[in-house]
Amino acid sequence: MNWEILGIWLGAGLTLCLYSFLYRDNPFYKFAEHLFVGMSAAYWVIYSIENVLIPNWWQQMFPAGGGFNWVWIFPGIFALFMLARIIPKTAGLSRMALGMIIGTGAGLNMVSFFQTNAMAQVKGTIISVSSGGVWIIFSNILLVVGVVTGLVYFFFSKAHTGIVGKTANVGITILMIAFGASFGYTIMARISLLIGRCQFLLEDWLPTIPRLLGLGG
Amino acid sequence: MASILKKLGNTDRRIIFILIALSVILPIIFKITFPNPVGAEPSRDMFEYIDAMPSGSDVLMSFDYGPSTMPELQPMAIAIATHLLRKDINVVCMALWPEGASLAQEVMSGVADSLGRTQYEDWCNLGYKTGAGIMIVRLGSSMKAVFPADRDNLPWEEIPMLAQISDLTSFDLVITLSAGDPGVPAWVMMAGDRFGVPVGGGCTAVSAPQFYTYLQTGQMVGLLGGLKGAADYETLVGIKDGTAIEGMAPQSVAHLVIMLFIVIGNVAYFSEKKKGGRR
Repeated sequence: MNWEILGIWLGAGLTLCLYSFLYRDNPFYKFAEHLFVGMSAAYWVIYSIENVLIPNWWQQMFPAGGGFNWVWIFPGIFALFMLARIIPKTAGLSRMALGMIIGTGAGLNMVSFFQTNAMAQVKGTIISVSSGGVWIIFSNILLVVGVVTGLVYFFFSKAHTGIVGKTANVGITILMIAFGASFGYTIMARISLLIGRCQFLLEDWLPTIPRLLGLGG
Repeated sequence: MASILKKLGNTDRRIIFILIALSVILPIIFKITFPNPVGAEPSRDMFEYIDAMPSGSDVLMSFDYGPSTMPELQPMAIAIATHLLRKDINVVCMALWPEGASLAQEVMSGVADSLGRTQYEDWCNLGYKTGAGIMIVRLGSSMKAVFPADRDNLPWEEIPMLAQISDLTSFDLVITLSAGDPGVPAWVMMAGDRFGVPVGGGCTAVSAPQFYTYLQTGQMVGLLGGLKGAADYETLVGIKDGTAIEGMAPQSVAHLVIMLFIVIGNVAYFSEKKKGGRR
């Protein structure tokens, strides 16, 4: 048995252990679940040290050409502050590191996020409903109607009665159609993952059985 | 009739699981394929944008996913990489997700070997870097500062195809294959809207509806949504035995089974409600 086949059998065995949960909770499922959580945690620790901590911090502080960049001590201290949460007396120090992360992230993202996800989207709805082909005009009218009625549905300062109520009903109908499309896409994603596992079991794992039994293949 | 509907309404979930499993397994075993016509869809927009790029262009391809979403995103990556390398476009790979760097290597070495392309001349893999959006902003000022060496620790200066690359604006297109965050939103926000680099890509089906808004506003040049998007691209590129095209038959059959159960469930529910039962 070579390592590749061993890997395929391990993958197949653990896949079947996890799918056994669909029948009922059982020790095989528990074993695979705990193995997954434990190995993921261990993998992430090693990966973070190898691919984040060493190249981004250690090798910057002690460059390959020699020397010592003392300024890189500060990021190291902030990283240690994150671990200060473990000791209740020093837990407050972690707020300094978290504050820096949140502050930097918020500062960089605030304007960009607003421009990309609010301004550009609002601009995208300010469109002509009278130019282009029939299909384009229909799509543009539908877009404008969908946006306006959808916004009316979320306008709660006025009771949803009369014309406002009817407009809100159109809005919720359009929202439901959108949620339906999202639901369909979600099913497609989940089935895709099942297809991936089935392709692995049927096309990678099953053909190894005759090989192991010495039946060729 | 009423008793049959009641029984169907109370079907054991395990029977549904078995039927869904069969609807996926049988088309794979019998190698059933359905035609996959590609209309005027975002996947065609993506294909046509790349197809119109001249040879020698530079594309940054970011592998922002892990093994859990491989069935959807790996076929996209293979199809796009095939298209790029066939057109002699230089492909620089990187990853915002740690596992993405290894997946990039797997895809690119496989496709490049099949097309006779050379690493470091036609493609390279810079590897993973943490920081997401903040890191992309840094790429906008200097690529080399973020990636002084590639995934295999080969220094930037020793990679010939990177001689003409200075920052993000050196690229003619950024392609992100995204399973969530960080992914499409970070690239559109930072590379597209901030630095004006065209952004295209692919994403899991779950997140596709959220990202379609970027197409209508012109913030993305094209988007492959889930397995259907991957199958579309395989069709357009002419990959006959792609895993996405192969996966569309079980996908369609499983959808039919799910739709059937949704109809049965609703008919059973409303017939019971009509009789004054469950509400």
